[in-house]
Amino acid sequence: MSDTALENETSASGENGTRRDFLYVTTGAFAVVGVAGVVWPLVDQMNPDASALALASTEVDISAVESGQSITIKWRGKPVFIRNRTDAEVEAAKSVPMDELVDPQEDVDRAVEGRENLLIMVGICTHLGCVPLGDAGDFGGWFCPCHGSHYDTSGRIRRGPAPLNLAIPPYEFMSETTLRIG
Amino acid sequence: MSGHTSSYDPQNGAMKWLDKRLPLPRLVHDSFVSYPVPRNLNYAYTFGGMLSIMLVIQIITGVVLAMHYVASADLAFNSVEHIMRDVNYGWLLRYVHTNGASMFFIAVYVHIFRGLYYGSYKEPREVLWILGVVIFLLMMATAFMGYVLPWGQMSFWGATVITNLFSAIPLFGESIVTWLWGGFSVDQPTLNRFFSLHYLLPFMIAGVVILHVWALHVTGQTNPTGVEVKQKSDTLPFTPYATIKDAFALVVFFVVYSWFVFYLPNYLGHADNYIPANPLVTPAHIVPEWYFLPFYAILRAVPDKLGGVVLMFGSIAVLFVLPWLDTSKVRSASFRPTYRVFFWVFVVVAIVLGWLGSKPAEGGYVIASRIFTAYYFAHFLILLPLLGIFEKTKPLPNSITESVLGDSDSKGGSAMPSGAAASPETKG
Repeated sequence: MSDTALENETSASGENGTRRDFLYVTTGAFAVVGVAGVVWPLVDQMNPDASALALASTEVDISAVESGQSITIKWRGKPVFIRNRTDAEVEAAKSVPMDELVDPQEDVDRAVEGRENLLIMVGICTHLGCVPLGDAGDFGGWFCPCHGSHYDTSGRIRRGPAPLNLAIPPYEFMSETTLRIG
Repeated sequence: MSGHTSSYDPQNGAMKWLDKRLPLPRLVHDSFVSYPVPRNLNYAYTFGGMLSIMLVIQIITGVVLAMHYVASADLAFNSVEHIMRDVNYGWLLRYVHTNGASMFFIAVYVHIFRGLYYGSYKEPREVLWILGVVIFLLMMATAFMGYVLPWGQMSFWGATVITNLFSAIPLFGESIVTWLWGGFSVDQPTLNRFFSLHYLLPFMIAGVVILHVWALHVTGQTNPTGVEVKQKSDTLPFTPYATIKDAFALVVFFVVYSWFVFYLPNYLGHADNYIPANPLVTPAHIVPEWYFLPFYAILRAVPDKLGGVVLMFGSIAVLFVLPWLDTSKVRSASFRPTYRVFFWVFVVVAIVLGWLGSKPAEGGYVIASRIFTAYYFAHFLILLPLLGIFEKTKPLPNSITESVLGDSDSKGGSAMPSGAAASPETKG
């Protein structure tokens, strides 16, 4: 660095610039870094705080959810649908050809093997965040009243403006009747 | 206009003393008393003044409402009801504020359409126009965040839908939405920051309004003929002529405003917003406030998420480049017979889009939304550039004075070359 500065000094106002140019650029660079360092806390304070991040998981008793029923629970401030699908609904979801889907995903990838009837999804339309209505829409699954997105019995987007399938939250079965989400 | 010489002449010693140190009274005098305005301004030109009064009303009522409101997800809804039932005159202040937002938008839409009709955005007023579009955007942000504060069902779900618009941004969309929310859904942090910004933005609007008025006073007003001011007889002093006209229009406007405040205070709102926010249930039919409906219809017209969001923002962004899209050399629609027809078609299209935005997104409504959305953009991107080339415009009057006084003037005073002095008192 000092070599460059010396060179600049010697080449007065040559193509390489002067020592003063070097000082200007260096000062400017430090100012940019300094301003960025001051701005970042102002921006980052708006991100989720420690208490919001701490709301990790929720445990649910699913023993009362009969076949064909569904419940909605709250996780991280969002609704989560737990639907005990009928065999017919699972069959309908499995028989859909992949090329008919907007966001192709096999039904087996959306439920846990051995408990395929239980479909657990974040109940937030992937379009603009409304809560879709259950047992509605043209595909027997969910229908979002806000902007008309239709989801099938696997919660996959079939028609309407939503780009993605309803999201699957991280979850595991603690026992036969207890589910932990998050 | 910036060129006119100051006629401010302080009479008493104190004002002379102040004038040498801070010539603020001189600035006010030159801007709002002696300032020359075209003599032929009609009532469509009174909405700018109304808008500044509306901004003042919103700030005053807003500041006092903030003394009683609590920006907490648990208390916000009840604090609004507390304002309505317990606070002295709370019901009045809140209704003046909520209906004030609607009146503000009515006035701004008339103001914008007046600009479109008379070609107010054309050279040399591009910056003036762009500042106006900036104010419009700030108004939309302010109104949206204000509507979230009562924390009813429409507040909550409106906030959810609008903030989710940003999730359409590729790659960073989700992180941006989480950042806006300060969590994983609209919640306490969102409400708190919206309150903070809702209080801030009106003052930013006031700042841009000062720039807007400054730019206006540099170029001078347009007028219904679109012919620039050329001589002193084309203008009148702002006070008393424009002041009185603005004041009369304001009184009429206040009659309408009061009618809503006192007789239909909730007509422009939604009943669902008197149900406390519930993050687990979306109302069956969510719609934004009426002033956002045309843009909402454009959003829903597109079957693709990113496409819908881009078109919605594009429908306002296109206004920024309007001065360069309209290729016609003639300003006023009064002398553009074809444009005048398309202007009124555009007004109807905008209103129909608003109506479609209030309807459910299904069947024929969606198809109609697509057609009208296409026309909305075609108006700016196809019609305006082509009209300037193909339209046969009517002959312009030589001056504003001629257009007002007609042939008798040009006979009596002889046809004067444009810009020439018409009367001895004219200084140019």
